[in-house]
Amino acid sequence: MRLSELANPSRFNALAERLLPWLVVATVLAFALGLYQALFVAPDDYQQGATVKIMFIHVPSAWLGMLGWALMAVAALGTLVWRHPLADVAMKTAAPIGAAFTLICLVTGSLWGRPTWGTYWVWDARLTSVLILFLMYLGVIALWRTVEDPSRAARAAAILTLVGAVNLPIIKFSVDWWNTLHQPASVLRLGGSTIYPTILTPLLITAIAFTLLFVTLHLMAMRNEILRRRVRTLRLMRAAAANP
Amino acid sequence: MSVPVDLGPHAGFIVAAYAIALAVVAGLVAWIVLDHRAQLRILADLERAGVTRRSAAREEV
Amino acid sequence: MAALSALLRRDIRLAARVGGGALMGVLFFLIVVAMVPFALGPDLALLARTGPAILWVGALLASLLALDRLFAADHEDGSLDLILMGRAPLELAVAAKALAHWLTTGVPLVIAAPLLGLFLNLAPAAIGAVALTLLVGTPALTCIGLIGAALAVALRRGGLLVPVLVLPLTVPVLIFGVAASNAALAGPVPFGTPFTVLVALTLASVVVGPFAAAAALRHGLD
Repeated sequence: MRLSELANPSRFNALAERLLPWLVVATVLAFALGLYQALFVAPDDYQQGATVKIMFIHVPSAWLGMLGWALMAVAALGTLVWRHPLADVAMKTAAPIGAAFTLICLVTGSLWGRPTWGTYWVWDARLTSVLILFLMYLGVIALWRTVEDPSRAARAAAILTLVGAVNLPIIKFSVDWWNTLHQPASVLRLGGSTIYPTILTPLLITAIAFTLLFVTLHLMAMRNEILRRRVRTLRLMRAAAANP
Repeated sequence: MSVPVDLGPHAGFIVAAYAIALAVVAGLVAWIVLDHRAQLRILADLERAGVTRRSAAREEV
Repeated sequence: MAALSALLRRDIRLAARVGGGALMGVLFFLIVVAMVPFALGPDLALLARTGPAILWVGALLASLLALDRLFAADHEDGSLDLILMGRAPLELAVAAKALAHWLTTGVPLVIAAPLLGLFLNLAPAAIGAVALTLLVGTPALTCIGLIGAALAVALRRGGLLVPVLVLPLTVPVLIFGVAASNAALAGPVPFGTPFTVLVALTLASVVVGPFAAAAALRHGLD
């Protein structure tokens, strides 16, 4: 129980209250700088023209979609090994945020594919893996929404998350293999060419901005979830008091 | 919409990609902020109704 | 060991008796595959080309849909609690149940596949390849589905949720199963390459599946 006192939910909320204003400011600044660099400083690609600007939101959101699952997997270990309620909260709230970034990655990838490949959707290895990641996010969210008791839902979700974390690299590998089998290599690969520093710097800045956004939203969502659980406990107490 | 840089022949796709990303993030932020307000309101209601808070908050999340 | 073989025999007997689902999976498989030509049209060349894929998707759905009651039924009549309390390790007991399920559901699918291959105008070599890949691949499907079945007990809810959770995890098995079948037919890669990967996937899921399912049962029932 010492660990749970150390990261007691009330103290976590107090800490979040103090951190959040700074995080919001940092996120806004990083986005201002990153988007300025991406839109006005970064040069156009000699092959793809201005559409390369989509990369500055597409690649960071793909990275955060994967980071979200990694975060859930770490939290899942916290749930199963230490049974820490804060780990449950972190795991639950990461799912919708990770899913949202994965969705952004899919949609922007599709909008990038239309001018580059000529269709909105190509069963490209990377897009396909991200699609499966998105479906798995939806599955986890559906699982959280199915079970009412939060700690029971947390343990089921933790096992699914860990199995998914083991499986995701295998899925990625098999989709890569499947894709090279089915598609000629002549397709223009996104990001396949070497990236020049003039494009890499804005990309790194937007990646940092997106990561800050993720952390901020995740902290806010965790704070909400802690409040929601407190509401649940209070309601249960009231019901128990009214009906001894 | 006047964009000061030339986005080339595929400007629509670029603008759409940025707009959709913005919309998804805005939706996420709106959901989280509204959820926060709703939870605080319910907690305040419960407290006004006399359901104690500190003791409950300690043992269960 | 005696407890495990008793569990195995019990599960096989339950599946074979009235009310058991041993042949339901094959029936479902048969019907799904029979529906496909109505959707694709009776073009025999097209069916021959897509045949391995159709058979694999049919087998995937049949083996997963049959699974979601695997632990739920035991949970309802209380025998799951006995298994949990028994001296045999839960992982092995779960593996024994998986083996019983595979023998009663997976093996009939493998046996039915050549017959359905004839319906789909597959060449004899392709029929052999599909049957062989299904024989090797269905244990992986059972063991991945096992996790979903154990979660269904913890969630107290079955239905569509379990396939939604489990199907994305079966993507690698599907890819390499169909790829190996197609490779035997005309593929650019030799049959052995995807086939050995499929074997590896099966071995890995046979290891991971019972452990994850046992963990889900332990955490879901206390």
